[in-house]
Amino acid sequence: MTRILAVDDSPSMRKMVAFTLSGAGYQVVEAVDGLDAYEKAVGQTFDLVLTDQNMPRLDGLGLTRKLREHPQFKTVPILMLTTESSDLMKQAGRAAGATGWLVKPFDPTRLLEVIKKVIC
Amino acid sequence: MSEMHQESTGSGDSIDLSQFYQIFFEEAGENLDLMEQMLLNLKLEEADDEELNGIFRCAHSVKGGAATFGFADVAELTHQMESLLDKLRRHELQPNSQMVDVLLESADASRGLLARHQAGGTGESPPTADLVHRISVLASGGSLAPSQAPAVVQVAQSISSQKELPMPSSSMSMAIEKPSVQGLRSLEIRIGPLDKPEQADAVLELFRDIAGLGKIVASASDQEDVRVFAVETTSSNDDLLDLFEFHVSRALVSIQVAKDSGTSAPAGYGFFDVPDTHVEPVSYADDPPPGAPLAPLPGFGIFDGSPGAPVARDAEGSAQASALSGTKVTPATAGAKAVVPAAQAEAATIRVAISKVDQLINLVGELVITQAMLAQNSRALDPAVYQQMLVGLADLDRNTRDLQESVMSIRMIPMSIVFSRFPRMLRDLAGKLGKKVEFVTQGEATELDKGLVEKITDPLTHLVRNSCDHGIEMPADRLAAGKPEIGTITLSAAHQGGSIVIEVRDDGRGMSREKILSKARERGLDVSDQMTDSEVWQLIFAPGFSTADVVTDVSGRGVGMDVVKRNITALNGTVEIDSAEGFGMKVSVRLPLTLAIMDGMSVGIGNEVYLLPLSSVIESFQVDESAVNTVGQGAQLVKVREEYMPVIEMEKLFQVPRFNSDKCNGIMVVIEADGSRVALLVDELLGQQQVVVKNLESNYRKVPNVSGATILGDGKVALILDTAALVRRSRH
Repeated sequence: MTRILAVDDSPSMRKMVAFTLSGAGYQVVEAVDGLDAYEKAVGQTFDLVLTDQNMPRLDGLGLTRKLREHPQFKTVPILMLTTESSDLMKQAGRAAGATGWLVKPFDPTRLLEVIKKVIC
Repeated sequence: MSEMHQESTGSGDSIDLSQFYQIFFEEAGENLDLMEQMLLNLKLEEADDEELNGIFRCAHSVKGGAATFGFADVAELTHQMESLLDKLRRHELQPNSQMVDVLLESADASRGLLARHQAGGTGESPPTADLVHRISVLASGGSLAPSQAPAVVQVAQSISSQKELPMPSSSMSMAIEKPSVQGLRSLEIRIGPLDKPEQADAVLELFRDIAGLGKIVASASDQEDVRVFAVETTSSNDDLLDLFEFHVSRALVSIQVAKDSGTSAPAGYGFFDVPDTHVEPVSYADDPPPGAPLAPLPGFGIFDGSPGAPVARDAEGSAQASALSGTKVTPATAGAKAVVPAAQAEAATIRVAISKVDQLINLVGELVITQAMLAQNSRALDPAVYQQMLVGLADLDRNTRDLQESVMSIRMIPMSIVFSRFPRMLRDLAGKLGKKVEFVTQGEATELDKGLVEKITDPLTHLVRNSCDHGIEMPADRLAAGKPEIGTITLSAAHQGGSIVIEVRDDGRGMSREKILSKARERGLDVSDQMTDSEVWQLIFAPGFSTADVVTDVSGRGVGMDVVKRNITALNGTVEIDSAEGFGMKVSVRLPLTLAIMDGMSVGIGNEVYLLPLSSVIESFQVDESAVNTVGQGAQLVKVREEYMPVIEMEKLFQVPRFNSDKCNGIMVVIEADGSRVALLVDELLGQQQVVVKNLESNYRKVPNVSGATILGDGKVALILDTAALVRRSRH
């Protein structure tokens, strides 16, 4: 079963993402911020990490960098969900090792489409 | 291909977002509260990054959720707040009090908008156009001057026409479903020449982020350093220029009515369309393949060659899927497949209907009574024979108490719930009055029954307002009086025995004894110069009593203190005032911790048992007949340690038949209420016990001198005495 780590500090967004993904047959693990996500990620296998950018304690970029340093997550796709779609943000995301980005707000359909593109 | 996509996403794309509304409303409310708190604590001169980031994150979260769940008006307002906060946290602007004001107002307005959505879209929607405008002025580095009022009106008109967006639908198609708006214009916006044409792409984001601004239907460019966008909008040119100014200089923007306004793109594309500009914002391929097979869905991108990127992609499919994304999805039950949600951080609390808790408390109350009955009946048993049973009963006793305590604690909530509303109120009030006030709270963690918390909020609000309005002097007067310029209002809560004591203190001008006495005489109240200070202060609780020289719109209309007193007395509480002229005033409110359970002292009168609230019992003693003096009209006084106090013969008061005159052995219980004491003459002291208070009024009717009833261990009903009424009675 495809396992996805969904990271967002906003409960409603997290629930929406988790509900959408689990409805589509993915297994979802939720995390409330970057640090929580990192703790949950290490030692488990995930096929995809979906992370919000702006979070307390550790933001999406920080999480991405941390995960990329971990051998287990060298090649796992990481998608950043962000409202900041400036080029700067994208460059930062790319530099941090993110696989791609998706602009918020997005609807569930869009989310699933994008995920399908990443998880082959 | 598109069908394949549709099928493969299966039930996942038919999701009814409305199921997440409630959780979003709660979350947004918490975020707005948090933001307000942080704004109020913000030190303008030395705001640290962490605070500013925190405030930004609150607005950001609300905006993200609102946009996702389709509350366009909230998203629009919070987007503006976010842009201002973003500039603050990047130190592009220095925070000032105008900003804090407008952000606080916007937080209020957002709450209003959310409340309206929560109520299903009924009710007046608070106007936000003015706020949006003021924020954008501040965000562009300006300051608010009265001369800008006309501009506000203009914006209000142009934005209010778009306020009538449909209620959030189940998909994110809010931008698409917009009904034809009056005054829709097709414009051609030309930006440039720019050194970095990418700057102009920020304008695209404006159109995407600000719901209701309009949409970009196409874009083209004939020059390298110029960007041209075709836009459909209802906003005026000035509004657009104002907005664009955040990103590009006004001088570089030209707006023209599009030559061919008939070629607007058909509905079906939302804000997410990334136009075909030659800047490719979505792919960062170092070596983009020719023909751009990666043409991604609007609004997302995959970094080419990045870790985890798919090797093969289906360009055609994505293009078609983007058309699909605009179609309206019908709500359907999503396939409930195995979900393994992780342990959630927010699961630390649950929301339960108060009626369930009350039911639980009632049942525990019954259990306590049954337990007491068992305990009483088992007293006669021989411990040697029934050892096992008595041990069991002792355990039952202990467990019942623990259970009762735990259940009662469910209803207890911290006073911080009440206290948290005051900083904002005081800030507004002090600003209005031109005073400088610092607000200090102590003991916010002190817990109080939820029912009491709700009822104490209004009286406390009144007291705090009074302190600010009448107590604290104007800054100049304070300096002249040798006091610090900033006045202090302290609100504290603490447990004292079985009660909670809430104090409102200020270091203002205090009350004048002479002024109150003369006012009281004016009003024809029976006063004398020999009255003690505490008696004088109690005069202000008389209905309609006010010594305020000027009646302000805040307080001083002479209604209030009597209402405060009445409300607190109704809760079995007392109010005490202490004041020193020129130095301030202290109002202490003493309340029982809960209304449902009371520590009582049971006394016997004849064959009846009555209960006294233990909190009002001062002492009890056996009295010599010689210490009791009868004064005029048969009233009796007893001398206790050089102090005379009135005696109430309970037997006569309640007309309890007494069959056994031996029982009359002159026991007196001294009780205190409303600052006075009386001695009750009873037949015997039976003991101290915790009782479950039952309302007599709702079960029978109001009985004078009785505040409630309870069921004793032996199943008999005992009346609980109303000590305040007894004390009042003794005065007449």
